[in-house]
Amino acid sequence: MPQAAASLSPALAIEGVSHSFGARKALDAVSFSVAAGSFTALLGPNGAGKTTLFSLVTRLYENRSGTIHVLGHDVRVEPAAALAKLGVVFQARTLDLELSVMQNLVYHATLHGMGFASARRRALEVLAQASLAERARDKVRNLSGGQMRRVEIARALMHRPRLLLLDEPTVGLDIASRAALVEQVRRLVAEEGIGVLWATHIIEEIAPGDRVIVLHRGRVRAQGDYEDLLRRTATEDISAAFLSLVDDGAGEAA
Amino acid sequence: MSASRFRLPLSGYAICMAGICWREGLRFLNQRGRFLSALVRPLVWLFIFAAGFRSVLGVSIIPPYETYVLYEVYVTPGLVAMIQLFNGLQSSLSMVYDREVGAMRILLVSPYPRWFLLVSKLTAGICVSLLQVYAFLLVAWFWEVELPPVGYLTVLPALLLTGMMLGAMGLVMSSVFRQMENFASVMNFVIFPMFFASSALYPLWRVQESSLVLWWICTLNPFTYAVELIRFALYGQFEPFAALVVGSCAILFLAGSILAYDPSAGIMARRGGPDAGKQ
Repeated sequence: MPQAAASLSPALAIEGVSHSFGARKALDAVSFSVAAGSFTALLGPNGAGKTTLFSLVTRLYENRSGTIHVLGHDVRVEPAAALAKLGVVFQARTLDLELSVMQNLVYHATLHGMGFASARRRALEVLAQASLAERARDKVRNLSGGQMRRVEIARALMHRPRLLLLDEPTVGLDIASRAALVEQVRRLVAEEGIGVLWATHIIEEIAPGDRVIVLHRGRVRAQGDYEDLLRRTATEDISAAFLSLVDDGAGEAA
Repeated sequence: MSASRFRLPLSGYAICMAGICWREGLRFLNQRGRFLSALVRPLVWLFIFAAGFRSVLGVSIIPPYETYVLYEVYVTPGLVAMIQLFNGLQSSLSMVYDREVGAMRILLVSPYPRWFLLVSKLTAGICVSLLQVYAFLLVAWFWEVELPPVGYLTVLPALLLTGMMLGAMGLVMSSVFRQMENFASVMNFVIFPMFFASSALYPLWRVQESSLVLWWICTLNPFTYAVELIRFALYGQFEPFAALVVGSCAILFLAGSILAYDPSAGIMARRGGPDAGKQ
């Protein structure tokens, strides 16, 4: 049954995915997977192809080569099954500023077919997890940048996804909000066994024990455990490892 | 891989559509200025333009009217259609805006099929336009534009159909035009020509007398048929040809917008796919 299938399949499996915008190749034969209940960092400078990859997984565009499986469901063949198990936090803010936090969450839940009453109950749950329960009635406009991000994560969890994608979620946040956000997501991995793909170019957000995928100019330069990467690049910290992997022409990355 | 095929429950479709309509309603209530301007725009036409032209333009007895009617009465159906035209384009303006702030992406990651999400969005827009139309008709009633009581009921199905056509037209446009500036000119290049080159302000036989070319343009303008469908429906009558044209255009525009938002075939794919450079 689905539960059994889900526990066998990785949360996200990407195989041989290439994608071009006109003549420019944004992704070139990208393959990697995110194990269920793991925190996987997708590390890459700006323009590495992270957002393009997210657009393909969320089916904003269709992948024309390779396959993308979410919990064993091919996004092209069974988009509904894949999207139902997927939670996303996009790089751009996607909350409705004029509506309240609660209204934003309930709207999202209805898009996944969750009834209004159960959506309200679930919203209080996810807001409590994000320590934002007391802001439920506030208009989103009145929240801080960090709080908005936490609401977006809470929203992405409304329909109990098994895979959570976050595209540079900490951009533009101060250090304290960033730490709070990273902590919130790591707790989800530990406590609820959600598979997380965390795209970032901020190296400090990666911790020992994480899986790391280094994406540069549309290609996977390296993947493995944090420690594995250090060993392979013969460096002492992840920052040096990253630089050695994207060394060639990092300045050109646009 | 998955032995049991995943199925979305039917009740979920209803919830999803209700959610989309609910959000559209909330946004509408939050934008009181939008409601006010949606109401004031046709009222300015009714109170000032129509009153001023009352003596200049005589309208002879043509169906569905059984007596001579005041010019205000003649333009009312056209103004109702104008409300829906504005609303249709405005909700697609909100799509363009949505896409810019990313809310469109949230809509599109719903597991429900894209065509269903777009139809839901359209339904939400039609519901909002109905509120505007009935508010307008209420004010017009105090201005002595009194329609047969049954007309207020029989116009409802006509409004659903015309709302569908004009909303779907807006959807197609929202997928073609990327930026707000473009959209502002669409307002000028689409709304005004459609409105003026139709039977909204003057009966077509009058247009035919003065310019045959303009008459042809009016005859080919789908907005004319929206106006006529509403006009007859307001008097409890059914105009089959207008219904046919409006219905066909609605289906055509809807198919166009579904194609435009299809991740593999439409505009999204062209913009974000391998063919993006060829535009």
